[in-house]
Amino acid sequence: MTSTSPVPAAPDLAEGRRLLHEMLRLRRFEERCVELYSAARIRGFMHLYIGEEAVAVGAMASLRADDAAVTTYREHGHALAKGLSARSIMAEMFGRVEGCSRGHGGSMHLFDAERRFYGGNAIVAGGLPLAVGLALGDKLRGLDRVTACYFGEGAMAEGAFHESMNLAALWSLPVVFLCENNLYAMGTALTRSESQTDLALKAAAYEVTSWAVDGMDVLACRAASRRAVDIARAGGGPCFVEYRTYRFRAHSMYDPELYRSKEEVERWKQRDPIDALDRRLTEAGYLADGERAQMETEIAGEIDDAVAYAEEGTQEPVEDLTRYVLRRASS
Amino acid sequence: MTAPAPGPTTTTFRQAYREALRDALRRDELAFLMGEDVGMYGGCFGVSTGLLEEFGPERVRDTPLSEAGFVGAGIGAALNGMHPIVEVMTVNFSLLALDQIMNNAASMLHMSGGQFNVPLVIRMTTGAGRQLAAQHSHSLEGWFGHIPGIRVLAPGTLEDARGMLWTALQDPDPVLIFENGRLYGTEGELAPDAGPVEIDHAAVRRAGTDLTLITYGGSLPRALEAAELLLADGISAEVVDLRTLRPLDTTTILASVSRTHRAVVVDEAWRTGSLSAEVSARIMEGAFYELDAPVARVCGAEVPIPYAQHLEQAALPQPEDIALAARELVQDHG
Ligand SMILES: Cc1ncc(C[n+]2csc(CCOP(=O)(O)OP(=O)(O)O)c2C)c(N)n1
Ligand SMILES: [Mg+2]
Repeated sequence: MTSTSPVPAAPDLAEGRRLLHEMLRLRRFEERCVELYSAARIRGFMHLYIGEEAVAVGAMASLRADDAAVTTYREHGHALAKGLSARSIMAEMFGRVEGCSRGHGGSMHLFDAERRFYGGNAIVAGGLPLAVGLALGDKLRGLDRVTACYFGEGAMAEGAFHESMNLAALWSLPVVFLCENNLYAMGTALTRSESQTDLALKAAAYEVTSWAVDGMDVLACRAASRRAVDIARAGGGPCFVEYRTYRFRAHSMYDPELYRSKEEVERWKQRDPIDALDRRLTEAGYLADGERAQMETEIAGEIDDAVAYAEEGTQEPVEDLTRYVLRRASS
Repeated sequence: MTAPAPGPTTTTFRQAYREALRDALRRDELAFLMGEDVGMYGGCFGVSTGLLEEFGPERVRDTPLSEAGFVGAGIGAALNGMHPIVEVMTVNFSLLALDQIMNNAASMLHMSGGQFNVPLVIRMTTGAGRQLAAQHSHSLEGWFGHIPGIRVLAPGTLEDARGMLWTALQDPDPVLIFENGRLYGTEGELAPDAGPVEIDHAAVRRAGTDLTLITYGGSLPRALEAAELLLADGISAEVVDLRTLRPLDTTTILASVSRTHRAVVVDEAWRTGSLSAEVSARIMEGAFYELDAPVARVCGAEVPIPYAQHLEQAALPQPEDIALAARELVQDHG
């Protein structure tokens, strides 16, 4: 399988400003998270999406509000792109009851029923069977909704990946598998974890429509996701898209990064999806002088507000510790 | 004249576990370590840092994310004469391999009419307290303690962190070692000649006369702290460290309770259908007439572990909770 990055049409460039704003929003939000983590306002495991923003932003742009998303522990970006507020995510990471999961989940477990955001799953490949089931539900109910399932390339070594691909294809379900291939699963490079490193080829073995795309190019990501979502929604069964991307930061906040060179990271940073789009829009005359600065100001304001909201948030009373274990309270 | 023996050195649980692995890989050429990110990454909690450089990629083997696959492969290699040490990052992920552990490793010897034993060691992290929420924080060692055909160890001291692995490797049967994640960074003194320890008995970590606190692993330091708190109230608590959760050393438990006549079982795992229930039942079965009070339990709250710090701490047995339960036992049943 080869990478297909169709040349974007003019209307795509026109929408480019919104995509740039959205990617910047994800980036700045997480940069603030790093500061807050250092200040011990955010705790636990925290995984950053910095460098991979084009994937979530490009992909979510093709979803309808009533489509579902299932993601991993590296999901701040997906949550923001799906419409969860910066406030509710930040409050969650502060462990506040105002957080999108009432402070029960933290960074790895963001949820939002209203926006059909089904988490934040921190068991690698644990979200894939859920996505299959969500899509099965839509199909059985005759709804034309799609489920977008995001996961890292490392998940493809798990049994749950293979079982899910087979079920989705066998039952021709409206699910889109979005594989974020950032080349590493913690410290394990793709070549050290997969016998077949052409991931789309692997997925295609299940009779799932599969292809790869440049994950550093948000317009290409958007085009690929749109194609996949259209196929799934039209009853064409599941699709698999491999987004070739890279995480610029450590796996989590505790990673000594012994497994890759600084040069490699620097090389990929040259392909920063935000800079790339900014250049393209500027060259094509779609980004006026001062527009980027205005975006930055707006975003900084939104994040300041989110942090203030989280700071002022309240704690779930300890008496309610076991309140949400079962919907029907047991004695 | 002989040189004075070198004194104890300050070390952490993490280092003690690492020394145990290094020692095993040096002394036993059939031993090898396998698991996710044990090599190039240096171990997800830094336990195996440096071992890849020393022993090479064949013996410090990084695996893909395939818990069922590589745990099962460890069983196969053990059947074929190797001494695998398989690392699963945390107990929550071991559920992906539970089928292999239970349906193969634990059942093989009996199912094959005594032909195939499985000399395998599986290590994994357990426990809460680091705000890792509901998919990284549980204490399921008691579940594994339910299964005949395996041995379950839970080091709560540096000596055991350093010494249990070698003895486990000599065992002809599958042994699971549960390393409490909170303890990795805990520092203490360890004798320079610390080595293998026996894995058949519980240990009295502190002698006392008024009641027995029975615990293991990550709750051991908390029970010892509670014993200090109780001393201030004039209550003398004995602390028993189970060490081996299966098979349970009932003799040591009953002997202690027969001396103190009261028992509090402390376990951060859930209470219902648990190891703490098993310990309590054994006391009732074996020392009922020695008891001056019903056996009490201090366990983790029955909730998937929450992220928010105040909720997580409230879900776990704290020294104050243990001391409170102990005080009630002594005062209400003096
Ligand atoms: C079943 C399971 N095994 C191990 C882990 C520990 N772990 C968390 S993330 C990760 C790497 C996953 O890599 P990948 O799927 O490529 O996603 P990425 O982190 O690169 O986004 C590992 C090994 C886990 N969370 N779940
Ligand atoms: Mg990856």
